[in-house]
Amino acid sequence: MKRLTGRVIKHGRASGIALVSPEPISFFGMVDADTGIVIEPGHPLVGEQIAGRILVFPTGKGSTVGSYSLYRLAKAGRAPAAIINRESDPIVAVGAIISDIPMVDQVDISQIHTGDWVQIEGGEVVVKDRA
Amino acid sequence: MKLTPYEQSLLEGAEGRGVQKAMEIVVALGRIYGAEDLVEISSAQVAGVSYKNLGEAGLEFLSDWAAQGARVRVPTTLNPAGLDLHNWRQLGFDAAFAAKQQRVLEAFAAMGIPPSCTCTPYLVGNVPARGEHVAWAESSAVSFANSVLGARTNREGGPSALAAAIVGRTARYGLHLDVNRRAQLVVEVRCPVRSLSDFGVLGILVGQQARHRVPYLRGLDTTRLLNWPAGLDLLKTLGAAMAASGAVALYHVEGVTPESDEPDIIAPGAERITVTDLRAGYQALERGEQFALDLVWFGCPHASLAELEEIVRLLNGRRCKVPLWVTMARALRDEAARNGLLQRFEALGGHVVADTCLVVAPMQGLGFRCMATPCAKGAYYAPTHSGMAVHFSSPEACVEAAVTGRWIAEADEKVER
Repeated sequence: MKRLTGRVIKHGRASGIALVSPEPISFFGMVDADTGIVIEPGHPLVGEQIAGRILVFPTGKGSTVGSYSLYRLAKAGRAPAAIINRESDPIVAVGAIISDIPMVDQVDISQIHTGDWVQIEGGEVVVKDRA
Repeated sequence: MKLTPYEQSLLEGAEGRGVQKAMEIVVALGRIYGAEDLVEISSAQVAGVSYKNLGEAGLEFLSDWAAQGARVRVPTTLNPAGLDLHNWRQLGFDAAFAAKQQRVLEAFAAMGIPPSCTCTPYLVGNVPARGEHVAWAESSAVSFANSVLGARTNREGGPSALAAAIVGRTARYGLHLDVNRRAQLVVEVRCPVRSLSDFGVLGILVGQQARHRVPYLRGLDTTRLLNWPAGLDLLKTLGAAMAASGAVALYHVEGVTPESDEPDIIAPGAERITVTDLRAGYQALERGEQFALDLVWFGCPHASLAELEEIVRLLNGRRCKVPLWVTMARALRDEAARNGLLQRFEALGGHVVADTCLVVAPMQGLGFRCMATPCAKGAYYAPTHSGMAVHFSSPEACVEAAVTGRWIAEADEKVER
């Protein structure tokens, strides 16, 4: 078990299975709004389900509409349980705030791998390696 | 970050969930960018208005936020919508899209924001004074407010500008601070820059080099730029182009813009570049390909009355053979209707299209495939945002294209000369 710390962008508590993207993410056009499945061609997470996962990625990218796209996912119950970034960008940060999704940044995300069990509470991130 | 007791109370929900959410956004952005505190703003310009860009997600969010009691507490103007709110049917826009757009504007109205629907709020009364702090989205308006008016704003996004309007404050970082308003790039212009399209091309070239930095331009014809209102239109297109090809939120022009003569306005160690030729910029914007011309567009950013007057002068009594659209704020269109300018333009077959622009309207649904424009920002975005091929040239060449119905390539013109 590892304990990491970060900076709180949106306060909250969540736990779940990590889904890690090595590439930046834009929620606008990347994720099907009804299913929560990544549809962006060529994205390393294409075909993955983000709903209920602890979504880990370096930072956001793309249109400011992405904040609203995340909100729509949350209303449909298809949003990630929490978001962990290396360095947050305003689009994802605003999206997490308006959607009530716990979010932490300034975390050493190289310590987290897809399939790990992750819990975040405030700025504390607990990681249990997939066995 | 230091918050006043009042700001802290908003963050804790003293004025309801809608205001609390706005405060959370403003504070989070401040923390991300290392702001020490918040600063009161005198106005806001909100982007993310067209239903084409917002989609169902944005509409839902704005409606929910309004229902949670979010209300703006400073004068707030809106970016263009996805269609002309009065004339959409005649122009061929879809009724279902119009209904969705109307719901977006109702959500904004519930928050206290009238449907100004223009990217040039500074032409319709939202004119912050030098040194005033504001929270503006819309990159071209941000550039104008900072550079030409000397007001202070970062490049806000749609939600962050709206959040700032709701709490009347934004985080004090970036261009709100003196130190970040100094130029990090000095651009020596050593070629003639005369027309609207020349200034746009210069903006495209400088933006590519400047990226996020503040450029300081030297060598421009200050008499031309200080000859208002025409000079303001040149600065408008110059800044819009820089903000499109780069992320330039502030520029200085020696002897013209208000902060250009401040001491130490050029940062130590600023890079220096020279622009000697605009041809590469013209070539980069020319993407007319093999399509027949079916539209000529002026008004990106939205046109001023002086620009509309100039187009009527260039038409010189001749009728348009292909549609000639001038996009502008409804308030200015109405002004043109009162003084007869609109009628003179329409008599020659021109259309003033208010409330929208070709970058945020669903143009593909209207069947247009290829346009001509002298507006560099519009030419830069149209192929990707509107799915249209673009011919780019001077205002004179674009008006000739509207009148003759065909595009005369620059190369051919030079051969003819």
